[in-house]
Amino acid sequence: MKRVALVTGASRGIGKAIALRLAADGHGVAVNYTANAEAADRVVDEIRAGGGTAIAVRADVGDSAAVADMFETVEDTLGRVEVLVNNAGITRDGLLLRMGPDDWNSVIETNLTSVYLCTRAAMRSMVRARWGRVISVSSISGISGNPGQANYAASKAGIIGFSKSIAREVGSRGITVNVVAPGFIETDMTEGLGDETARLVAEQAALARLGRPEEVAAAVGYLASDDAAYVTGQTLVVDGGLAL
Amino acid sequence: MDRTEIESKLVDLLVDELGIERDAITPDAKFEEDLDVDSLGVVELLMALEDNFGVKIPDEEAEQITTVGEAIDLVETKLNS
Repeated sequence: MKRVALVTGASRGIGKAIALRLAADGHGVAVNYTANAEAADRVVDEIRAGGGTAIAVRADVGDSAAVADMFETVEDTLGRVEVLVNNAGITRDGLLLRMGPDDWNSVIETNLTSVYLCTRAAMRSMVRARWGRVISVSSISGISGNPGQANYAASKAGIIGFSKSIAREVGSRGITVNVVAPGFIETDMTEGLGDETARLVAEQAALARLGRPEEVAAAVGYLASDDAAYVTGQTLVVDGGLAL
Repeated sequence: MDRTEIESKLVDLLVDELGIERDAITPDAKFEEDLDVDSLGVVELLMALEDNFGVKIPDEEAEQITTVGEAIDLVETKLNS
């Protein structure tokens, strides 16, 4: 086992692909999930079937106490977290005039507060080890904006500012902090947007198609690798040339 | 634990955890100015103190610490309270 990696929201979609990728790269992986234990177990089974090391760990990553428990569990079973991937995210889309405080708060809490909580929890041992990788999954929405996604876009833009600040804080300790910003990737989250939206997006992307979760995971795999040792504070956009 | 023991353990921490030259460490030495410890280094030291001495150092008190002697004072007070 090369490193211990924790991937939040890893039971499906992009998070699942990231967990599988990091395991394939030789890392031990903690697969975090909130509700779907069966799906998380399937990811763990798939990793183990491939000869890798993985555990599933339940936690609402927007909750401070739950995050502390999760890190304790991972540390006790796999060891200290060396690669943290903040991936967990939800959407509660709606036009601003129709967006209630609950829609706002739940998205900020799950998508952005979770990044603060998990990064802080991981940082102590990373600073001490003089090595660490924090990679957070943002979105092209956080860079270009998207009507109906004020809450989501704000949370995803917040991740970028947060990451740049922490990159500056802990860079001298051998810790890199980066962001991957996917465009339109085929997952459960984007499925709800409908075929027409998918077709329009595919038309606008320079590569003329939607992205696959594995293609985002590859970017995360790179940023977690030794090859990316001199890359920090960056946002790597993986959107097929959608937002050029 | 008496003051001498606290001091020697703290000096070890500064040398081992923060890579400071043993000879440069005196009670009057200021962390940031004299020992070239940056602000994150001071936070690291406080975490190490908490772990090694089993004390809890609140942020307000941590902010008051500028010299090696003050760190020893703080640990001593915490251990005796």
